[in-house]
Amino acid sequence: MDLTKSAISEIAEAVKTKKVSAKEVTTHFVRRAEELNPKLNAFTSFNSSAVAQAEELDSRIARGEDPGALAGVPFGIKEMLCTKGLITNAGSKILQNFVPPYDATVVARLKKAGVVVTGKLNQDEFAMGSSNETSYFGVVKNPWNLECVPGGSSGGSAAAQAARLCAGTIGTDTGGSIRQPASFCGIVGVKPTYGRVSRYGIVAYASSLDQAGPMVSSVKDAALTLEVISGHDDKDSTTSQKKVPQWSKELSSNVKGMKVGLIKEYMQGGLHADVQKTVDNSIEALKKMGAEIVEVSVPMTEYAVPVYYLVAASEASSNLARYDGVKYGFRAEFQNLSAVELEDFYGKTRGQGFGKEVKRRIMLGTYCLSSGYYDAYYNKAGQVRRMIMNQYLEAFKKCNVILSPVTTSPAFKIGERVSDPLTMYLNDIFTTSTNLAGLPGMSVPFGISTEGLPIGIQLTAAHFDEQAMLNVGFALEEASPVKGKTPHVV
Amino acid sequence: MIDKKTIEHIAKLARLEITEAEASEYSQQLGKALNHFEQISKINTEGVEPLVTPAEIEAYWREDEARQEFSPEEMTSNAPSKAGNLFKVPPVV
Repeated sequence: MDLTKSAISEIAEAVKTKKVSAKEVTTHFVRRAEELNPKLNAFTSFNSSAVAQAEELDSRIARGEDPGALAGVPFGIKEMLCTKGLITNAGSKILQNFVPPYDATVVARLKKAGVVVTGKLNQDEFAMGSSNETSYFGVVKNPWNLECVPGGSSGGSAAAQAARLCAGTIGTDTGGSIRQPASFCGIVGVKPTYGRVSRYGIVAYASSLDQAGPMVSSVKDAALTLEVISGHDDKDSTTSQKKVPQWSKELSSNVKGMKVGLIKEYMQGGLHADVQKTVDNSIEALKKMGAEIVEVSVPMTEYAVPVYYLVAASEASSNLARYDGVKYGFRAEFQNLSAVELEDFYGKTRGQGFGKEVKRRIMLGTYCLSSGYYDAYYNKAGQVRRMIMNQYLEAFKKCNVILSPVTTSPAFKIGERVSDPLTMYLNDIFTTSTNLAGLPGMSVPFGISTEGLPIGIQLTAAHFDEQAMLNVGFALEEASPVKGKTPHVV
Repeated sequence: MIDKKTIEHIAKLARLEITEAEASEYSQQLGKALNHFEQISKINTEGVEPLVTPAEIEAYWREDEARQEFSPEEMTSNAPSKAGNLFKVPPVV
């Protein structure tokens, strides 16, 4: 069995039926990660007890116990998610030594299903970035071209998965942070409906937008992983009590009669030629398979980027107020603590602990929430946000799934766009509205640029209708002209 | 462009010590970003309730019981500075 290229479902089946031991699988991926990570910088740390945990799972299997749906599958976890006993730094200096005494619900559920966590994955600091260049722990390289960014903020997850340094990874998505890097690295990334997956134990960025989801190598693997991590959690009152469907069992590539919507406002050009070609090809492929293409209109998406940044920065400035150098995390150095003014204590700690982009967003958010500006910015953005969601709900009366590009271009060069934050923000035009409206969204690889970089297609569905989205994704995956293509490191 | 005085005021509210260079950088960049974001002001939002939780989530009840899931040692294990299980901080009053 070629472990490197095996699907999550194949590995779990082989481990359960003792065709291969969890220890062999874990050892394989740990070695691979240790060998290739210096080139990519995708992992920020490794779990030194991963192999021991795999051995424990093997002995449970030997005793006849049920090891779970993801038995012995090695996963890498984004730094945003708390992992008991393993550093969780959120890509920031301010949390560089933070060792959580508990697991995030997502991580706890994965472990309960038999997953072996092999390490933590690099990301933009506090998930604020679209290129992984804001990480305190260095830039991640795109395995398809080491001079290019892997996307962000879940850049480490995308790069590790594309290079198969683990069998599966978890990312988080606040404005596109799962879908955009998935597109840039040629993997499948799913952001579930808001409320589908618990946020307990996930470092908070913008609480009304954040969701965690799978970043894996196939649609089926994504469905399988999503089943494990979804569902109501007592510890997160914003999780839905809806029953979690068995997406992987219901997965079907039959899209005959399905209505696939194209947003009129997104079809006005301005796309990189290879992205445009990929979108056109995907539409043709779906037509051939019997799907009906319909035009829908969501005119308010024009305002998605401003609304997103106003909401996200405001919530971030409030969420990040907790980093004060008292209970955990970095504290600036003070000679004589008893002579220090409290404001200086906070100011120095936060001034030295946060990076540039994080400070920029805290400043923006604080400004928007400050006296005299709240109504004009945060409140107004919330109102426009509702109008965007309502227009989506109208659009989904006419179609099952909406298809669009993920980004305007394939992965760009490292350093190319860091100097201009606003231009970087405007890249998020196709991904942010999904978060604002709370909808599920995903990226499926469907093209490759003339420079050899992968290009994904974005699919979005109505609230809690992940199945429709996964099915269309599954159909596209089967018809994909880039099926089976992997970066040279694999 | 946001004037330097405003930037300093915002930094103080955010408890962020920023350098002179950062202050002038932010005044440029935040000004530019806010200028762009200003476009939402022209949208008629009269009578629209602001949206916060973007999916229908049913309210649910749970017992209000205290759970002791962590020991004091665990809770203070990440403290930058402590005395026993107490956090060391500068004088607060």
